[in-house]
Order: sequence, then C-alpha cells, then structure tokens
Amino acid sequence: MSATSTLEIKNLHVAIEGKPILKGLNLTVKKGEIHALMGPNGSGKSTLANALMGNPKYDVTEGTILLNGQDLLELGADERGRKGLFLAFQYPTAIPGVSVANFLRMALTARRKEMGEEKPLPPKEFRALMKEKMAILKMDDSFAGRYINDGFSGGEKKRAEILQMAVLKPEIAILDETDSGLDIDALRIVSEGVNALSGPDLGVLLITHYQRILNYIKPHFVHVLVDGRIVKSGGPELAHELEAQGYDWVRDIQAA
Amino acid sequence: MTQPQTLDIREGYKEKFGFHDDIKPVFKSRRGLDADVVAQISDMKREPTWMRDFRLKAYKEFERKKLPMWGGNVAEIDFQNIFYYLKPTEEQGKTWEDVPSDIKRTFDKLGIPEAEQKFLSGVGAQYDSEVVYHKIKESLTKQGVLFLDTDSALREHPELFREYFGTLIPPTDNKFAALNSAVWSGGSFIYVPKGVKVEMPLQAYFRINAQNMGQFERTLIIVDEGAWVHYVEGCTAPIYASDSLHSAVVEIIVKKGARCRYTTIQNWSNNGYNLVTKRAAAYQDATMEWVDANLGSKLTMKYPSVYLMEPGAHAEILSIAFAGKGQHQDAGGKAVHGAPNTTSSIVSKSISKDGGRAGYRGLIKIAKGAKGSKSTVRCDALLLDEHSRSDTYPYMEIEEDQVTIGHEATVSKIGDEQLFYLMSRGIPEAEAAAMIVSGFIEPITKELPMEYAVEMNRLIQLQMEGSVG
Repeated sequence: MSATSTLEIKNLHVAIEGKPILKGLNLTVKKGEIHALMGPNGSGKSTLANALMGNPKYDVTEGTILLNGQDLLELGADERGRKGLFLAFQYPTAIPGVSVANFLRMALTARRKEMGEEKPLPPKEFRALMKEKMAILKMDDSFAGRYINDGFSGGEKKRAEILQMAVLKPEIAILDETDSGLDIDALRIVSEGVNALSGPDLGVLLITHYQRILNYIKPHFVHVLVDGRIVKSGGPELAHELEAQGYDWVRDIQAA
Repeated sequence: MTQPQTLDIREGYKEKFGFHDDIKPVFKSRRGLDADVVAQISDMKREPTWMRDFRLKAYKEFERKKLPMWGGNVAEIDFQNIFYYLKPTEEQGKTWEDVPSDIKRTFDKLGIPEAEQKFLSGVGAQYDSEVVYHKIKESLTKQGVLFLDTDSALREHPELFREYFGTLIPPTDNKFAALNSAVWSGGSFIYVPKGVKVEMPLQAYFRINAQNMGQFERTLIIVDEGAWVHYVEGCTAPIYASDSLHSAVVEIIVKKGARCRYTTIQNWSNNGYNLVTKRAAAYQDATMEWVDANLGSKLTMKYPSVYLMEPGAHAEILSIAFAGKGQHQDAGGKAVHGAPNTTSSIVSKSISKDGGRAGYRGLIKIAKGAKGSKSTVRCDALLLDEHSRSDTYPYMEIEEDQVTIGHEATVSKIGDEQLFYLMSRGIPEAEAAAMIVSGFIEPITKELPMEYAVEMNRLIQLQMEGSVG
C-alpha cells in the first residue's frame, strides 16, 4: 500500500474508439508537489486528463490509477471528484440556466459529505467563501449568479475553473492546458490563483504545450510526453531545454 | 454514459403523491354516462333549471361531437368505465378541522395547509368532484374579492355567474368542453373588483382519489379594471392500473388595465388523461399570463389561449412539458390578436425522456385590422435519450401585413460533456441530469413564485430519480 494523498499512475493504456493513445504511462504526483507534463499536440495530454477524471468516452485498457491507494478505475467521475480529484478543463462546458453559485454549493455539499461533514455549509458562510475566492481571481461578485460558462470569455472560463478548484479544495488537481487561449493578463491572474492554492495540501499536475505558464507557476518536476509515454523527466530546467530545442529534441532522444 | 433505460422515471411519484385513501363517499354516481347521470348531478346540486338545461344540452353536444383526430391518442378512453360524480363529504370545510380527517391527512401530506399559512391569500381544495375546503383571507373579502368554489358561486352570486359562465368556451367548442359543461363540478370562481391587487397568490389544489374517476372542475375568473390576481393550481392523483380522466374548463376575463397570471403545476399520475380547455379574453392594456407546467398524466392536450380583444392587450404564455416513459404531453398555447397594437409572447420548453413524447402545438392568429401587433414564439426541446420524441407544430394565421412575428425553435440533447463536467465536481449522475434539466427550464421557473420554483425543481428531481442504470 502506498503513502497517503498520492496519485499513482502505473502502466496506463488508454484508447479512444479503439485507437490506443496512451501506451504505458507511469507517473506519481504527491501532495505538495507541482508536476508539469509537457508534450506536443497529439501526444495524449488531454487523454490523460480525461482518463484520470473518468470520462466514459476514454477506455482504460490496461494499468492502474490509484488515489491514496484506492483504485480510481472502479469509481465514476462523481466519486473521483468527491474523493478529492479535480480537473480544470481545457474546454469547460456551458450549462445554461444553472448559476455558478448553485452548482458550486451542490458540488461542495457532495464533497463535504464525502469528508464526513453531513451538513451543507450555511448559505451565509458559503457566500463569504465565494466572495473571498472570487476576489483572489479578480472576479466581480455578479459572477456567482451567471450561468456556468454560458457566454463566458476564454479568460472567464479558465478563471471559473480555478474558482471551483478554490472552493472544492481538492487533494490533487489536474490543470489541462489552463494557459491556452489566455492573454498575458489573464494568464497572470489564473496563475496567481493556482499559486495561492498550492502548498502542502495540494498536488498539481499541470498539463501544457508551452513553457509560458511555467514562468508563473514553478513546477518541482517536469515530464515530457511523446506518443503516449513519458520519455523524459527532470527538474524545472527541463522545461527551458524544451523551449530552446523544441519537441523534436525529445523525439530524437526517444528514437535513439 | 447514460444507457437506454427501462426504469420508470416517475417511480418517486408513488410514495409522494401516488397513495390513496379508503374513504366512503357520501354519494357516487353509477359508472358511465348518459342523460340521466347528467340530470342526477344537477339534481344532487339542487341547481337552477337553466343550469340543468345547459348541462343536458351540452351532453347532447358531447354525444354529437367527434373525438379529435390530432394530438394524442384519445380513442382508447372508455367513457362508460368512468365515474362522473363523486361527493366525498356532506359539507365544505371553512377550517381544516371541519374536513374529515383522512381527507385532511391527504392535503397535509401534500403540504397545502402549511403553504396556506405561509404565502397564500386563499386556498381551495378539491377532492374528486367536490371542493372540501375553501378559505380566503378576511382582508380580501373586505375589499370585495370573491374566491369560492364554482358550485357555491352559482348559488351565491347567480347574476355575476351567469353573465360570464360559458361565454368564452361554449359547450360547442370541442368534445371535451362539451363533456365538462355537462358534468362539471367544483373548480374556482374568482372575482377581483376594480383596482384591487391581490398580492399573494390564490391557490386551488385538485386531488383525484377514487379509481376510474373523472374530475371535471370548472373555473371562472373575472379580473375587473385595473385589478391584479395570481391564481395557482396544483394537481395529483393516486397510481391506478386503469385510467382516470381530468377534463377541466377554465375561462378568464381580464378587463381594461387588469392583470391575471394563472400558474399550473400539473402532476397527475401516469394513468390519467388530462384534456383541458383554457381560454382568456384580455381587454384594453390588460395582461394575461399563463404559466403552464405539465409533468404528469398519460396524455395531456392543453393549449391555454388568450384572445386579445382591444388595443394594448398583452399575452404571455410559458409552457413546460416533461414526458417520461409512457407519457405524451401535447402542450402549447394560442394567441389570437383581434385588435391593433396587441402583443403576445409564447415560450415553450419540452423535455422527453425514457421514450416519452413531449411537444409544442400552438397558434398565432392575427386578424385583419390588428395592425402593429407583435408576436414572438420560442420553442426549445431537450431530449434526454435516443428513443424519446419531441414535436413542434407552430401554426400561424396572419391576415394583416403590418405586424411583427418572430419564431425560433431548437432541439438539443443532454450532452455527455455536460454530464461529465458536473459529475467531475462530485455531483452524482441523476442530480447532474436534473440540474441540466432545471437549467433548461430556468427561463420559466424564474417566473414562478419562489416556493413554486423550489417545488418545480424538486419535482424535476423526482422525475429524474431512478433514471440511472
């Protein structure tokens, strides 16, 4: 049995509609750590994010995913969420007619229940919590009453994802290309939001194509994903090497 | 994610609403219908001759008229297997203590006395054919507001009654209006005097208890000049193996500058036919609003209408239809522009699930000379699975050129992406689906008083229960 508060991915194989995408991926993310997973388009980054969260469109054909020693593959997406896994989506979906606040209150109640807290947070405290977290992300109060991702700009969507993360306080958060489509100001705000949340109680798996976001969020570890496998792991310096030399560099390593 | 389902989505209904009481009625007409039964109902009620004659004439009309060949399948209704009149108690209660205890228990379970205390101006409670409880706040009585059951209104306010009764929906209108006119019993009668604004809603609750029961309430609302009223009706019934029939007639007169909102949360059990004719006439600068939510019944055919009689009249029709397994909701609305500068808006949201069929059927008619009239229709359908069905039948009869008409229709499916998104935040699948549905109808629920919006969302949740395999 492994140590607690850890996401362990072992020999993970994932296929979409029969086509293998991940081909034996190994990775361990512990609480308190920030891991950056970098890779070119089509390397399987988003597949990993979706498979970890339990998107039923992705078939795990081999391998295991453990959260705190528990097999996540036996659990649905909702159970994984309640257990403290969080995915900040690359393309968050709009849910018209459902306000951010109502949705988050429901999600928080489900998460609290899992942690042994039967009662929902009293409305007043919930509002205060929302207000506090929205302030960190420089969001207007009116945001809570808007419908989830409905008519949000790209930046608002990404901030809304981080807001949810801030309220739900996951143990392990996967950020799937959270930097994509953001201008520099929005990127900074979102990154500051993530930094405010990171610390000993949170493990982060930051999935990105570009090195840019790593100027704001400093990873402890960097991994390079090519063709469904991690081909190289290292410290923060690896990201800079990648930036300088491009993904062909690691492809060549892999080929060698 | 969600597999094709065979479970009854309304299984939660059974416990909450589907129970029945074993009560001994004071009187029950024999099974089936003929002129004698019609006459007997009138005699039991000791009605004036004109009403007795009206009923008998209407019965002839009912016999003469053919069943509609459109909408839902009404051919299977066995009119001779139904009880047309059942009197549950001798006296109508003025307080809940007056109501027989097992009947009161039913309304307690349905939360009626509690709602009355909290946020209503008055309550009527109908149990099978008769209204067993009726009360209005004294302050409103003092202002001249009348709110009583329709039978009592015929006795106590004969002139006012006769002036309006049957004027908007004559027995000749359609077969079910004829049937109602022949055997009507109960329903609400409301008169709001000039300039009086009834701040909190008046509510009627219709409960069918007996098996093979037919409930034929008759409602007449007159809102005098500059007055305002909001009337709410709810309805439920036990679950039986054989069919019940609910066929109401509702007539509303909204005079100059007045406003009436009529909200229905229809939640009959799935063995009931719900075939209702609802019509309002709106006069100068008056506003008539129908908020019509249909969740229950085996088949509903209902198209609340507004006749815009004078300039400046406005019609607002909001319709929600939710059809689950074995259900067909043929709902919608009609706006008839009979005068210049009249406006109407129809918004319909239909949801189909587990093979259910829900749709919109509506008519916009603009008469010659109704210049400057405006109308918009918006119909959105949400399909929760592959084997459910949605229909849209938007009829338009535009006889005037200088008008503005807008029509928009969408059909969407509940997205796996949406479900996955909500679930990833820890929300179980059934709740996530209910949330998406609640969001879909939100443009309408936000128009409901808070208590009913909560109730509506609760009902949706109940509809979605047991839907996850």
